[in-house]
Amino acid sequence: MKSVVRIGAASAWWGDRIEPARWNAERGDLDYLCFETMAEATISAAQVRKRRDPSFPGYDTYLDDRMQAVLPGCLKRGTKIITNQGWINPDGAAERIVYWLNKLGAKGIRVAAVNGSLITDRVLQLTDHIMENGKPTATLADTLVSAEAYLGAEPLVEALKQGAHIVVSGRVADPSLFMAPMMYEFGWNALDHERLGAGNGLGHLMECGAQVTGGYFSDPGFKDVPEPWNLAFPIVEAQADGSAVLTKISGTGGAVNLMTVKEQMLYEVHDPAHYITPDVVVDFTSARLEQTSADRVRVTHISGKPRTPTLKVSIGCTEGYIGEDMFFYAGPGALRRAQLARRILEERFKIVKLDAEEVRIDFLGLNAIHGAMTPSNAPEPYEIAVRVAARTRTREEAIKVGREVDGMAVSGIGMTGKRVPHQDRTREIIGVWSSLVPREKIVPSINFFET
Amino acid sequence: MKVLLQHLAHTRSGDKGNTSNIAVIAYAAELYPYLREQLTADKFKAHYAGVVTGKVTRYEIDGLQALNFVAEGALGGGVSRSLCLDNYGKALSARVLSFELDVPEALRPKLRGFG
Repeated sequence: MKSVVRIGAASAWWGDRIEPARWNAERGDLDYLCFETMAEATISAAQVRKRRDPSFPGYDTYLDDRMQAVLPGCLKRGTKIITNQGWINPDGAAERIVYWLNKLGAKGIRVAAVNGSLITDRVLQLTDHIMENGKPTATLADTLVSAEAYLGAEPLVEALKQGAHIVVSGRVADPSLFMAPMMYEFGWNALDHERLGAGNGLGHLMECGAQVTGGYFSDPGFKDVPEPWNLAFPIVEAQADGSAVLTKISGTGGAVNLMTVKEQMLYEVHDPAHYITPDVVVDFTSARLEQTSADRVRVTHISGKPRTPTLKVSIGCTEGYIGEDMFFYAGPGALRRAQLARRILEERFKIVKLDAEEVRIDFLGLNAIHGAMTPSNAPEPYEIAVRVAARTRTREEAIKVGREVDGMAVSGIGMTGKRVPHQDRTREIIGVWSSLVPREKIVPSINFFET
Repeated sequence: MKVLLQHLAHTRSGDKGNTSNIAVIAYAAELYPYLREQLTADKFKAHYAGVVTGKVTRYEIDGLQALNFVAEGALGGGVSRSLCLDNYGKALSARVLSFELDVPEALRPKLRGFG
């Protein structure tokens, strides 16, 4: 058994940068490289897209780029890969990865596809109520487009036990992607909540990539990191007792220090003594951190409590549309012109009988981000964007937003900055609700693909 | 002396549904007791009035010199539905930087970006 397992991050979400993954593959000396490639609505959006466009393969749209970037380095070092790029088609993703492996001349590489998280057809039978508002999940029947259960580390570990070098899944809890290698290498039992608490806690520190190595962090003059344009993704050196060192490769910008680790530890955490995952309930309140040397933080004493009897389920539903656009004022009197423009827009929306659940007209540069919290004595900005958005039930109503912003050029007021709309100003809303399913109702399956 | 929170602590916000959690972490252990005493859940909610529409719960992680504020009804109905440009609320943590605290003059050397 290894005494230390080196696990690197390769991606924190769907749109993450690719270069730092390649650096970790080439220079990280990694036993494992793990990708988290989703966002909240990734699965739902993929199912909607697949229905409209059957040619969409259903896996990570960046899969080719990400694999081309890391496979050479991983093959050279013997780094195993755990990735959730499978989205709604793990088998298809595995086949595509085998394609790239074959192009590189790799021999004897086993790629496992883990299925079982998609439960769209069964979700209403398996679930009871919506966690956010207590209503029955049955009320979502007419608008439901997708449902997925969050798998934990166990099916990933099983794939490794069956000889996988690369494991591709659909939705899995993000920390589990990083803990699975620890469970496998150290032989942790699925009910060992002390070890799994520590492992999931470390996974939580890793799952957001650069957010622990200096990303989502800098505040010039208050918190600075060297070369913030050159951030690496983190590496965790994990030990069998659940302790670890969090670090990054040298020759990169950013930093791993007590501040970056604390910020990430509490990120998206509510009660820090009860952070619920499919594998365990993590307790961060006992954690101890020690900066042992530059960019190395020792993390110990994250503990855990027994896992819950259920798995979380995300249910994606069609919930209407959002129409959005903006136009601009600058120089002396920018604010007074923006205020008149807003008045005109409000009247225009009445004339065209805009039927919207909510309309929001912000002054970007003044109050668009902090809304009603903006101090009343905030200084008048030199330039302002009037940014308008409306949530509607139909696409036809949402289109009116962009059309009335079009009208603010020729039929608006003086000195209005406008642009020709290059992008779609109307988008569909896929709303996501949460529920719970008994753990034993979800049975993952594993298919193997080989070079 | 009166000092803005930005000189005592750093912050980060995260999202889950329509709830934002905002961590407030002391720059130095000596500063933590003043944050803990003065930045209560009620004071936090008042400072976020107009945006945080639901309950605010404060958790203390003394071993990390950190407070975690869980603010419900903060994200315009949820990330997928919100009309706010910052629909994830990633810039929400900056609002608490302007919260004013009272700290002893002797702690001036521990303050960041001050004077």
